[in-house]
Amino acid sequence: MKVLVPVKRVVDYNVKVRVKSDGTGVELANVKMSMNPFDEIAVEEALRLKEAGKATEVVVVSIGPAQASETIRTALAMGADRGILVKAEGNVEPLAVAKILKAVVDAEQPGLVILGKQAIDDDSNQTGQMLAALLGWSQATFASKLEVEGSDFKVTREVDGGLQTIKLKGPAIVTTDLRLNEPRYASLPNIMKAKKKPIDDKSVADYGVDVTPRLEVLKTAEPAGRKAGVKVKDVAELVNKLKTEAGVL
Amino acid sequence: MTTLLIAEHDHETLKDSTNKALTAASQLGGDVHVLVAGGGQGTKAAAEAAAKLAGVTKVLVAEGPAYEHDLAEPLAALIVALAPNYDAFVAPATSRFKNVMPRVAALLDVMQVSEIIKVVAPDTYERPIYAGNAIQTVKSKDAKKVITVRTSTFAAAGEGGSAAIENAASAADPGLSSFVGEEVAKSDRPELTSAKIIVSGGRAMQSRENFAKYIEPLADKLGAGVGASRAAVDAGYAPNDWQVGQTGKVVAPELYVAVGISGAIQHLAGMKDSKVIVAINKDEDAPIFQVADYGLVADLYQAVPELTEALGKLGK
Repeated sequence: MKVLVPVKRVVDYNVKVRVKSDGTGVELANVKMSMNPFDEIAVEEALRLKEAGKATEVVVVSIGPAQASETIRTALAMGADRGILVKAEGNVEPLAVAKILKAVVDAEQPGLVILGKQAIDDDSNQTGQMLAALLGWSQATFASKLEVEGSDFKVTREVDGGLQTIKLKGPAIVTTDLRLNEPRYASLPNIMKAKKKPIDDKSVADYGVDVTPRLEVLKTAEPAGRKAGVKVKDVAELVNKLKTEAGVL
Repeated sequence: MTTLLIAEHDHETLKDSTNKALTAASQLGGDVHVLVAGGGQGTKAAAEAAAKLAGVTKVLVAEGPAYEHDLAEPLAALIVALAPNYDAFVAPATSRFKNVMPRVAALLDVMQVSEIIKVVAPDTYERPIYAGNAIQTVKSKDAKKVITVRTSTFAAAGEGGSAAIENAASAADPGLSSFVGEEVAKSDRPELTSAKIIVSGGRAMQSRENFAKYIEPLADKLGAGVGASRAAVDAGYAPNDWQVGQTGKVVAPELYVAVGISGAIQHLAGMKDSKVIVAINKDEDAPIFQVADYGLVADLYQAVPELTEALGKLGK
């Protein structure tokens, strides 16, 4: 079984983004970029399937600017076999990403696609579900456990009330939650080896997908700020303030 | 314009998140119909509750085994089957609808607007990006709108309606997935997303036992829900459904008490809209103090039992 893992290049999770003063977006110049953390978990899970003999090949795909090839290299250094870069400029919305991924799936014929549940830049949480819809495949979002059963899958999902386990008919879409695994660090020899692994260069035009945004961004603004309050000296003062000043007790 | 609001319920009672999403749905300006899809007898009771909500003009009920376990494929198929009659589809951003609504959107060839926090105009909304560190105003150019609602920012709609209840035309179950089992904790405590007070613990709790020994008695004294930071959940000190943050639950209670939580960006994203924030942490430089209204620099193992006792004396 081939496993396809889409990965996104995003602002590193440790960076506190700043909104541009003209309200046209957030400041991305000279900001550290990394692989979306949920996608790292997806790559790791695919590699574990391969190491357990359940997957034969792990292919990573990224849609974005030329620099997204660095994100693919990161996945290759972790152990993925090969990459596909679909070059696209500007903001590509989840629906358009899902359409491009559908075309990639049609060409690659994987038995499983593992994606991060959401990208930490736009926080949309849509692409996996949309891809499942476009392919007419089964889906299991927010996975904390994944088992292969022949060409089918058993997935435990993190839901509002606790955990839910479902069975998926393969081929299937799985999106990762935080507790699925802890991604490995790439070792130096593997980073060197990754430089020789192939990355296929494609463009959006190769797939004939219209990526015109459906959502027009009118403005990007700072959220309402919150000021630091006061430090209290002990529990008695805290209770007193909550009772008399805040009125929440 | 007619909006279809898809109801959140537990197959017995309607959830508060439905009332909150209804407020957003009503602000789109058209008629609001509610779809209650579920398995078993309780679905009807939830539908009757939905029919009483102010501003609802019709309730559609779909009852069947395919809707019993919140599987994405049959519920998405049902909503798409109803789509020709509607201009907008609104659901609360609970785990069920985060799962289902993008599938609906793609089948309708619509770009979903996730987790809106404000309706600016019927086609224009505000939504947080980058863990709430920026707020984007977006205008949807799609003919139909698919929207999930961050319920912590909308007031709950009340009762006062008397809508007709009809059976929804059924849709075929694609049969792609099936339910195996679930682990759902039963608790008498209020749910995180509707609790007026929340007490959360972080990595400094050190163990599940300490959550039970320190956090839970304080929460019970306050009649509060119990939350946790990602670090505490990752370490196994608390179950996943307690996680508050960017990718967990987003809450905005009257009072949020953060115990032993340093205040990573990802955690702040889930609670910084709380009305009053209290932080108890022994590290006086912890970022949580930058958003806390009341900060107490102290060892939680002393301060929390003291606080629990002091509240007891207040008659809590």
